[in-house]
Amino acid sequence: MKVAYWPGCVSRGFTPELHGSMAQVAPLLGIELVELDRANCCGAGVIAEHSQELADTLNARTFALAQQEIGKGADLMMNICSTCQGAQTECQERLDANAEYRAHVNGTLSGEGLSYEQGIVNKNFLWVLVEEIGLDELRSRVKRPLTNLKVGPFYGCYIVRPTDRLGIDADNPRDSYLERVIEALGGTVIDYAGSHKCCGFPIITMNKAASLTQAGRHLSDAMDAEADCLVTPCPLCHLNLDLQQPLAARHTGRALDMPVLHLPQLVGLALGLDPNELGLQRHVVKPTSVIDWSQSVIAGVGAGSGNGW
Amino acid sequence: MAEFKLRIRRFDPESGQAPYWDEHTVDLEPHRSVLEGILQAKNDTDGSIGIRCSCRGAICGSCGVRINGQPGLACHKHLGDALASSENGVIDVEPMGNMPVIKDLIVDMDAVHWKKVQRVTPWLINKEPIPEREYIVSRESMIDVTQTAACIQCGACVSDCLSMEVDPLFVGPAALAKAYRFIGDPRDAAHQRRLKDLAEDEHGIYTCTHCFKCIDACPKGVAPMNQIMRLRRIAGNDHAIEDRNNGYRHEHAFVKNVERNGLLHEADLLPDSYGGKFHPRAVPELVGSLPAITRALLRRKVTLSKALLHQHKAPPGVKQIYETVEGRDERVELNLYITGRDEDNE
Repeated sequence: MKVAYWPGCVSRGFTPELHGSMAQVAPLLGIELVELDRANCCGAGVIAEHSQELADTLNARTFALAQQEIGKGADLMMNICSTCQGAQTECQERLDANAEYRAHVNGTLSGEGLSYEQGIVNKNFLWVLVEEIGLDELRSRVKRPLTNLKVGPFYGCYIVRPTDRLGIDADNPRDSYLERVIEALGGTVIDYAGSHKCCGFPIITMNKAASLTQAGRHLSDAMDAEADCLVTPCPLCHLNLDLQQPLAARHTGRALDMPVLHLPQLVGLALGLDPNELGLQRHVVKPTSVIDWSQSVIAGVGAGSGNGW
Repeated sequence: MAEFKLRIRRFDPESGQAPYWDEHTVDLEPHRSVLEGILQAKNDTDGSIGIRCSCRGAICGSCGVRINGQPGLACHKHLGDALASSENGVIDVEPMGNMPVIKDLIVDMDAVHWKKVQRVTPWLINKEPIPEREYIVSRESMIDVTQTAACIQCGACVSDCLSMEVDPLFVGPAALAKAYRFIGDPRDAAHQRRLKDLAEDEHGIYTCTHCFKCIDACPKGVAPMNQIMRLRRIAGNDHAIEDRNNGYRHEHAFVKNVERNGLLHEADLLPDSYGGKFHPRAVPELVGSLPAITRALLRRKVTLSKALLHQHKAPPGVKQIYETVEGRDERVELNLYITGRDEDNE
């Protein structure tokens, strides 16, 4: 399948390993990525807080660029960031609901010769895995099952709430897809209190204590539940859970040592890619438990290159 | 009739015993409410079950509980739907969160919810001089506040607020929605004072972490988080309140960052959120972040050139959107709660 690919800002800024690992994993899943390199930041809810119309127009521009690719044969638009998914879906909800408002926004876009047509399909990689590729197909492509790797899911608020806006219902239980993907990859799902809660990132500059308490508590809960690592489809959650983990540990008064993987990294490991190719060495929290696990199974499947970790 | 299993969380703080689960089977039609199920159990098998309720029609807001982990009104959930969202065919009913339990499903609303509502001065402060007869206001401005006026004070949003979970002093979703009820009201004389108060409070509007929990929790569509975002928008844009929590500066820095770069350039966002790299407020924050930054550099997560150089410039289309939208005299906002959707209006 071919997707109009929106990597977002953070995956090309402070979490380059996310963008990199997606590029590694896509061909192994038969996904052709057509990158939307002229598109813009989704606003992460902050631009909408400043001006709803500004956020809606910026995202309508991204959608219009994606629709040009869809017109040329891409199946849908794909993102790799929970926050992009939520912020973009919020704007799409308004744009799709009201023709007059859509025309007003398109009026602004017309200067660039762009126009957004109602009803774009924009899915996070997580949704693409389950709904487009399918768990059976994913399972069949696994080269190195994540046997005995205990993985805690961490969704990020924007991809699980509000449920009706994000199309979460009995037919599309998108708030349980991470668990399903972990299982399909052969891993063990760790159930812990924080999986659907907030990482705290949005208020790190405004109420640092509350933000770090959130990150520290979820990481602690995952440790108490004996997770080897967490996996998240959100690079902003990754910033608070990985980059800020040393600060969260100091704030919480507890040694935390919880590797946090981006979703394409976890998929890549199961598809047989080497941890270094997936950029795991770039994390602030060294993913020792994951590396140890990958080395213990390397002999069994002949994958990986013995990377000297 | 059908049988439903209810598992009720029981707790009596005066007993000295730990909380426990208590299972009851009730016999009711699937379209009857969870509240009716609880009341049947109370009536037929165990009169000591504590539950607060009154209207049984989602008007009074008394019977807020958690059903299968989700907050809401017990009278507003059909037994059949609750069964569908349950694990193992048993409907779990617990007291709401973030508030102390008085007994079983009854929580202390005074200790948390009502105290926070009092915190926001929940009454109209009249503009002077008070007209001889009624105030004349535009229809639109009153329709705008109907969304927050729809709140029935059930506490469901307070129950699951993720910021309050870690910061019990957070003013919280219900009280801040109530604050918008008056800040959005043209008859109120204290908009500036109210906003300054809530923006400067270290546990005020800028402690909301944007988790959408309250939007999902509310049985009345009040969308408290959306009201908090409007309070921020009005505080920063219309009243130029530069709060001590860096809320306005963060928003402003973010918006300007994307205008310059098209994408978000995070290396600038952090210092700019504190007022700029060399601002006295920024220096301790940046020094405090040094261990994280150093580690990121060492792991080649971030390279110096990437952090310092702007590799991406905003495309002309983005600049033009900013010029057009930011140049408007009045903000254009679409509230679907008020307008509905095209397909519903046909």
